Amino acid sequence: MEYVNPLTGFRLDGRRPNEMRQIRGEIGVVAKADGSALFEMGNTKVIAAVYGPREVQNKGQQINNRALVRCEYSMANFSTGDRRRRPKGDRRSTEISLVIRQTMEACILTHLLPHSQIDIFVQVLQADGGTRSACINAATLALADAGIPMRDIVTSCSAGYLCSTPLLDLNYIEDSAGGPDVTVGMLAKMDKVTLLQMDAKLPMDIFENVMQLAIEGCKAVAHYIREVLLEHTKQLECHRGA
Amino acid sequence: MRDLQLSLNQTQRVRLQVALQQLQDLASQAAAYSSVTIADTILVNNEDGILKGHGTSELDGQVVATLCGVVERVNKLVYVRALRARYKPEVGDIIVGRVIEIAFKRWRLEINFSQDAVLMLSSMNLPDGIQRRRTAVDELNMRSIFEENDVICAEVRGFQHDGSLHLQARSQKYGKLERGQLLTVPAYLVKRRKQHFHHLEQYGVDLILGCNGFVWVGEHLKTGEHDMLDDQEKRPEISKSNKIDEEEQERTFTPLEVRQHICGIANAVRLLSALGFILTVEAIKDTTEAGVSSNIEIKDMLGPEFYVQIVEREVQRRISLLRKKG
Repeated sequence: MEYVNPLTGFRLDGRRPNEMRQIRGEIGVVAKADGSALFEMGNTKVIAAVYGPREVQNKGQQINNRALVRCEYSMANFSTGDRRRRPKGDRRSTEISLVIRQTMEACILTHLLPHSQIDIFVQVLQADGGTRSACINAATLALADAGIPMRDIVTSCSAGYLCSTPLLDLNYIEDSAGGPDVTVGMLAKMDKVTLLQMDAKLPMDIFENVMQLAIEGCKAVAHYIREVLLEHTKQLECHRGA
Repeated sequence: MRDLQLSLNQTQRVRLQVALQQLQDLASQAAAYSSVTIADTILVNNEDGILKGHGTSELDGQVVATLCGVVERVNKLVYVRALRARYKPEVGDIIVGRVIEIAFKRWRLEINFSQDAVLMLSSMNLPDGIQRRRTAVDELNMRSIFEENDVICAEVRGFQHDGSLHLQARSQKYGKLERGQLLTVPAYLVKRRKQHFHHLEQYGVDLILGCNGFVWVGEHLKTGEHDMLDDQEKRPEISKSNKIDEEEQERTFTPLEVRQHICGIANAVRLLSALGFILTVEAIKDTTEAGVSSNIEIKDMLGPEFYVQIVEREVQRRISLLRKKG
């Protein structure tokens, strides 16, 4: 199948190979949570809610000098093309929960909040490829909204290699083509990669190109997220007044 | 905004836009505050001798923010004041909390903090009022003083070794709060003032603005009535089983008017916190009076029309404040 048109160079949805989908972030969507955000990458919509720092519920897991970070990833029944009920602890959900937890734990300053627990709940409302990346981006926004101290803004983007071209930000059709799918999560300003995942195989030199493309995508998302956070902070402060 | 789902019609939307725009202009006129987000560099003039406070960290010799908020500078201290964070406790704060569990000689309270607060049995006045050593019988009767899910007002006494709060409720004005509403607002909207207990005479309502963001609006109790507990103690044990007697009902009956005032004031607090305006007694009284004078139903106070009116009032108030200053 022609994922990249050989004549025009356009992809199936009309994007160029190094073009990301349209992103949109909104803060404060879940009223009861300490911090929450909605993040959209094209048709992929993800909602993240952060509760914490609060008292550790399971005293056996309490850590004396750091905060405990827990993460739960779930997909809504209506998120994919066919409505399917997903069991709570299935392998894919557990894996992605672990991945998100490790990524966020690397950037939260947990030593500032000992004896407490931070819960991150991420739910996919609409899945169209790149849900992992959208979840990490949404979680970053939600954590910043909750006022939890972080080292840097963590962003994530995926890239692939189809029809001999590195493609940025794969959607569902390109993802299910069976080609390699590289997901990169990084701390934008510090320029450090905290998450790197790939399925399928790639030769080393092409892998470097694809990873570089994903890193550029991450930086673009970080730029946008920073603007959203700044705008939100300014709005809160101006409402608060003197 | 965050908590209220409103459906504004076209004129209301336009009015709201105009008012919010005016607020923004006033804010940029009044004070030059610098907002930062995470990983933004904070400009410091003299590099040496700068104290890096909360919300900052060092990266490559530059001071970098770790929170989203506003940069505050006090002499040589630079820190970032976060907005929607959890409560930051200080010794002597008045807080309102809810009992989560009864543990060994203590109650654990949920306050809006990263850990639960602890109220020791010895930091609480006994029902009979005598100052004595707490015995095993007292420990067994802790449930008669406070149970789970009771709302309590207390004062921060200090910090424990693990960072959680130690509370005390030894004065008459602290203790169990009954016959009212508990509201949760973001902690940054309640500023530390000299007075946190307010008695609104014209409504007959007590208003307690807890520093942790828990606000209590309830029927006014004269300070002597906190001793209602020792009447209960003196009665024989049997009457505890049929708690709802005729006499008890008569005593605990709150008049309808007071209940309506409680709801009106609670709605005013909800509205102000949804808008993100600082909660002061004057603002709450002003909003309630506006509600009463414009003759709208108490439930419509959370509706779109009153919402837009309050934003416009706040704009006028800030303009007049700015005019007085400048």
